[in-house]
This record gives sequence, structure tokens and C-alpha cells, in this order.
Amino acid sequence: MGMRLEHVSYIYSPDNAFRKQALKDINLEIHDGEFIGLIGHTGSGKSTLIQHLNGLIRATEGKIYYNDQDIYASDYRMTDLRSHVGLVFQYPEHQLFEMTVLKDVCYGPKNLGLSDDEAKKRAKEALTMVSIAEKEYEKSPFELSGGQKRRVAIAGVLAMHPDILVLDEPTAGLDPKGRNDILDQISSLHKQTGITVILVSHSMEDVAKYVDRIIVMNRGQVFMDGTPKAIFDRSDALESVGLAAPQVTYVMRCLHSIYPDMPMDATTVEEAKTDILKYLEADK
Amino acid sequence: MIRDITIGQYYPANSVIHRLDPRVKLLGTIVFVVTVFFISDFIGLLFATAALGAVIVISKVPLKYMLKGLRAIFILMLFTVLLNVFLTPGEVIFQLGFLKITMEGIVLAAKTAIRLVYLIVGSTIMTLTTTPNHLTDGLEKALNPLNKLHFPVHELAMTMSIALRFIPILTEETDKIMKAQQARCADFESGNLIQRLKSLIPILVPLFISAIRRANDLAMAMEARCYRGGIGRTKMKPLVYAKRDYIAYGIVLIYVLLWAAMKMWL
Amino acid sequence: MGIIKAAKLFYDYVSKNEHDEIEDVVHAVAGVDLDIEAGQFIAVLGHNGSGKSTLAKQINALLFPTGGTLWVKNMDTSEPENMWKIRQTAGMVFQNPDNQIIASLVEEDVGFGPENIGVPTKEIWKRVNQSLKSVGMIEYSHHSPNKLSGGQKQRVAIAGVMAMEPECIVLDEPTAMLDPNGRKEVIETIRQLNKEKKVTVILITHYMDEVVHADHVYVMDDGKIVLSGKPKDVFSQVELLKELRLDVPQVTELAYELKQAGLSMPDGVLTIEEFLEAFEKIKGGE
Repeated sequence: MGMRLEHVSYIYSPDNAFRKQALKDINLEIHDGEFIGLIGHTGSGKSTLIQHLNGLIRATEGKIYYNDQDIYASDYRMTDLRSHVGLVFQYPEHQLFEMTVLKDVCYGPKNLGLSDDEAKKRAKEALTMVSIAEKEYEKSPFELSGGQKRRVAIAGVLAMHPDILVLDEPTAGLDPKGRNDILDQISSLHKQTGITVILVSHSMEDVAKYVDRIIVMNRGQVFMDGTPKAIFDRSDALESVGLAAPQVTYVMRCLHSIYPDMPMDATTVEEAKTDILKYLEADK
Repeated sequence: MIRDITIGQYYPANSVIHRLDPRVKLLGTIVFVVTVFFISDFIGLLFATAALGAVIVISKVPLKYMLKGLRAIFILMLFTVLLNVFLTPGEVIFQLGFLKITMEGIVLAAKTAIRLVYLIVGSTIMTLTTTPNHLTDGLEKALNPLNKLHFPVHELAMTMSIALRFIPILTEETDKIMKAQQARCADFESGNLIQRLKSLIPILVPLFISAIRRANDLAMAMEARCYRGGIGRTKMKPLVYAKRDYIAYGIVLIYVLLWAAMKMWL
Repeated sequence: MGIIKAAKLFYDYVSKNEHDEIEDVVHAVAGVDLDIEAGQFIAVLGHNGSGKSTLAKQINALLFPTGGTLWVKNMDTSEPENMWKIRQTAGMVFQNPDNQIIASLVEEDVGFGPENIGVPTKEIWKRVNQSLKSVGMIEYSHHSPNKLSGGQKQRVAIAGVMAMEPECIVLDEPTAMLDPNGRKEVIETIRQLNKEKKVTVILITHYMDEVVHADHVYVMDDGKIVLSGKPKDVFSQVELLKELRLDVPQVTELAYELKQAGLSMPDGVLTIEEFLEAFEKIKGGE
């Protein structure tokens, strides 16, 4: 189950001078409950790819299956897909429009045809998940701080009870604490509800800390796909497409080249610390 | 569809038309637009087509790109054409119930369609080959006499050039907001007129807020770069007529004279 | 006296209710003292809402002190007649690349500032070409800004400021909306301008890795400067920085964590080289 992409290609403006192949023969399988990091520099096709997942963009070629159903079949309802695959765009706070926080979060559930009460119930649940306190519910979303606005916008998608949550750079423009808060909340949401999460990010450090699978995009193609350790192990390949492993991986690699017994596959500060202390312990 | 609007967009290329003084292009466009309304017969059409075609070729802007701008007004065109076809009295050549198609209607519809297309393409060439700054410089200078009447010519020109610069940014933004709301299962297509208008609120409110935010930012950035209106400002690209501009004026004049001659003797 | 000096500088945002009565006063900048030498690379760190942007706008005379005094090159920013001279002396680059480009052609945008201050046409062209060269964007002079990447747009914005020949550039989170490559481009450009053109740089950011090379770092919280010193001194305060909603580079954090675990790591390790050196000492000292 989950999502399956077969030979998906997408071409922007196929019939004029601005023609651009954004995706080239993408084959992917996304399983239920995965926490995936989608990485690639600007223009690598990752934004185009995620818009295929909820049908906002239709592939020029190829097939997409959600729970084994062809989403391009004539009798398939896109609204269904969009309620299952929640997409949070970059700077999602720019889509807020309602008079109150609660009403704004209700917008999605109401579009699904839910009753006012049910929509409100879901909205409140979603707002709790992103740690928005009840005293903020009746405020205008525009009175909130930047980080709060962002979380309200994420709640607006969560309230639709998606099975797959796709977030396009949810931390862009936030300060380090705001960034960690949001990522921690997404991570605990993933652990508690088992929701599939696809996190689009520029930051290898962030991705390494949270996800269990990384997909690297380059020039509209899947360039690498594997566990963080397997991906960062090939840091030279990453560098060849303008990306890099987390700084701590480079630290460990340098140590390894001087002290061959030092393991070199740590991808987070925590792991590196453990490895170094273990090494020194064994050395004694 | 929203991306198809090419009016007001600049297409960079290296051509004589691009280098012409914007005042020449403004006058040329006005003259062309006026003459398009005088097209009454095949010779006039041929003549206008030749003039338009020549300018397009010289401008080095791909024809395809220019025609893209027409897609945005397709509905309007269809509407006018249909009105003309069905509502013009005359010799009936086909009848379906109360709908009559007349020979005169077809001719009139064709004329209107051609005029509309030429009108749009003609003015699109001007904006495609002139940077908004250049265009507004031209306007500013052409309207300069109004300054004496305390008409804020510089401010008007600056406002226009900024508006033109932000058209592509705001269209892209509209697209993004629409998609973001669609991801929340927004439906912009079904329901009656009132429901449809209501469904636009989730797009219009964020768009409006964003426009205000951008305006604020931009005003601050302009102030930071010492902008204080037109007084004491110098020009990076002052408008000075070159030889090619006088030649272009000459060509425009010849074009007008030929039209006049045609109208009088043909 | 340095090029920028502040004494007990305040800026209050006052919100009033409909009866024009004061409802709330927020000290966005609350008693800041600064003394910045010409030619330095200064970084100001702080979380969102710490007052760093308000401070930046005061340096450019976009906001005027509500208390205390701020001098830019010995000019008091609260004197209205100094305003234009100050804005020319201390240029400003903002966060959003799209919202600070005025013209539809790169070169015309760079020329906007010089036009405003009445530079003669010939001189404008000279300045535009020079500044575009200095940020590495000269081959884009005839391009539309809309087709550029975020990093390129910010470099155009920097060129636009450079063309006014300022002595100081204030950059208010210029990289917050950029991807890693764009960030690198912009930071390298700023460092180069600082080194080669001796422009005083005040970089406001919350990315710690961008301030490693600064001459001096100020950390702001709640409108006050709470920490100040060389990057090394500031980065040795890992706990305090985290309390201030900030972060340190991974190598600094690793060294700090190892020190907490009992290793004799020095404070404020900023680069991988420093880390290796320190680690070799630990190994050698056994």
C-alpha cells in the first residue's frame, strides 16, 4: 500500500520556447509509515514532484497509484486523493485568510463536506498537535507570531486527517528554535499516529536527525535513494550535485583517516559523540 | 491561463525595435491602432498585415510568444465574434430556430476578430520590446507638459513601472495560493455564481495581504536607496533621439500618408 | 570614534487604541551601546523578534531613535537634515529578494540609487558596471530579475547598494529565504566586498555558520545586547545560545558535548581543523 510512481515525467510548457523537462522517468514507492527526506537544490524537481502526489500537477507521462488505485483513472476523485495526501507548501502562512485561527483550520475539513461540529473537533485536535493554545483560537491568524502562523497553517492540513503529510521546507525563514520546534512536532506526530511524512528540506543536518529514508533529486531525476547513512557515505556523489553531508559526518571522516579504528558513519552530533567516547574508551 | 498574459511583459532581445526611443514606439503603436480601425477592405488588411509582420520580424520576438497573449482574451474574442455573427441583420445564409447567420454577420465578425487580434498584437509588441522603465520614461517625457499643470507625471510613471514589474510576481503568487487552497480541497469550479465568487475569498484575501506586505517592503527599500520623488533625480538612460528614431518617425509618417492616399483614391 | 556608534539607544513600538490612548509599549531596542570601527565585519545574531531588524533600520535612518543617540559617521540619525546623507553612507539590503528590486532590468535596478542621489549619467554607468562586476553579476546586466535565482537577486540588491558608494552596508537577514548554494554565494560576496573594498559590513542573521569569520559578534535578545565578542568567545557559550533560541555549528556542539563528557576540549571550536587539532592533543596527552 502507500504510493507508487511509475515512469513519471513532467514537461512544463511543452509547446513553446519555455519548454522544460521538470521530471524525467521517476519510479518511486512510498510505504505507509515512512519518514522520508526529499533533498535537492532549487530546480531539481522536488517541488514539482510533490505536487504530483496530490494531483495538483498531472504527469505528462507515467502512472501514479495511491493504495493501488490509479489516480488518473476517469472515475477517480481528486478530492479523495487530496484528503489523503496533505500538502503543506513553502511559507504556508501566506495562505491564511479567515477571521479566526479556528475558522481557518476548519476550511479544509469543511471542504470535505464535514459538519461544523466535526470540522471544529478536527481543527481543535490539529491545533493541539502543533501546540497552539486554546486562547489563540479566536484570534485573527494575522496577530500571531511568524512561527505560530506557520503552525496554524500546518494544522489546516492536518485537520483533513491525511495519511501522507508532505511538507515543502516547513522551516524556511524560522530561527533555530522555531525550526527545531516544528521538526520535533512533526517527528512526534509521526511516532504517535504512524502518519507517512515526506519532508522537503535543504538542510542535511535536519534531515539526518529525523528521517529514516532520503531521496535525493537532481535534474528532475531520482539521484539517490536510501538510508541517511548510505546516502551520506557517498558524500562525494552528493557534492557532485551541489549538496553536502552534515558537517559532523565530515568531522568523523577526518578522524577516521587519522585513526582508522574510528567509525565514520555517524550522521548526528549525538551519534558522533557516542562513537568518539567509545573509541577513546576502547583505546585505553 | 493566468500565465499566458504577455501584455506588459518584456522580452529581451537585441533588435532595432528594442533600441528605438520609447516615444517613437508609443506614437507608432497609437498610429497603428487607429489605422486598424480603418481597415475596411482587403487591400487595407494586406497593408496593415505587412506593416505588422515587418515589425514582428525585425523585433526578433518569436511569433508564438506574441500569440500566447491572445489566449488570455480568447473568451472575449469568441463572445464578440458570436454576437456579430448572430445579431447582424442581412442576407440569411443559415438558420437554426431563432438564430440566423447572415453573410454580413460573418464579414463583420471576421473584421472585428482581425481588429482585435491586430490591436492586441500591435500593443504587445510595444511592451515586449520596451522595458517597463523605458516605457514609463517615454510616457513621463511625452506627458511632461502636463507637469506645468501640477499633474504628478513622475509619480504616475513610477507607479506604472512598479506595477508592471510586480505583475509576473503576483500572478505567480496567485497560482501558488490557488494550489495551496486546492490542496485543502478548495473547489473553484462548481456551484452557482454566488458560491463561485465566495470560493474566491480564500485566494483574494491572502493575495491582497501579500500585495500590501510587498508594497510596504518595497517602499522601505526605495527609501533606503534615497528615493524621494522626481526632484533632483538624474537618469541612467536619458531619452535622446538617435538617427534611427528620426528614421522610424519617417517610416510612421510614410505609413500614415499611404493610408491617407489609399482612403482617398481607392 | 567608530563609523557607527550608539549610546543607550532605544526604539519603542507604541500601540494606541481608538481613543488615541497608549495601550502597549514594546521596547524593540532597549538600551543598546555599540561602537563599530570602519572596515570591520560585524555580525548581529538573535532570534526572530529579538530587535535586530529594528536596530538595522535605525542605522539606515528608516527608523529614528525614541531614546538615546545613534551616530553614523558622526551624524546624529535623529537630525532630519542628515537623513539622506546617512542613507547613502549606510546602505541596506533586506530579506526578501523580490521585494527590493525596483526595476525590470538588472542594470536599471542597480542604477536606481545613483539616479536618486543625482549622480550624472556617465558616472551612473561607471558605478553600475563596477558594482555589478564586484558582485559577479555583470553578465546578467540585461536580464530580468524575475529569471534569476534567489542568491543572484540578493547579489543584484547588494550591487544596487554598492553603486551608491556607501561606507557601510547593513544586511538584514539577506540569506533567510535562500537555499544553501544561494546563501554561500551571498556570504562570499559580502566577505569579498569587506576585504577588497574595505566596506564595513553589518550582517544580521540567525545562521551561526555565517558569522564564524566575523571580526565581532553581537547577540541580541529582548532588544538588548546580551553577548558580545569574537566569534570564538561567543560560540563557547553553547548553553546560553540555546537558551536564546539560537544554535551552534555541529562541530562546535560536538566539541562542547565531548567537553561536558569530561574530555579536555577547548571552548569555542569553530572549524573542523580546530577540532582535529584539539582531538590530537587529547590523544597525545594520554
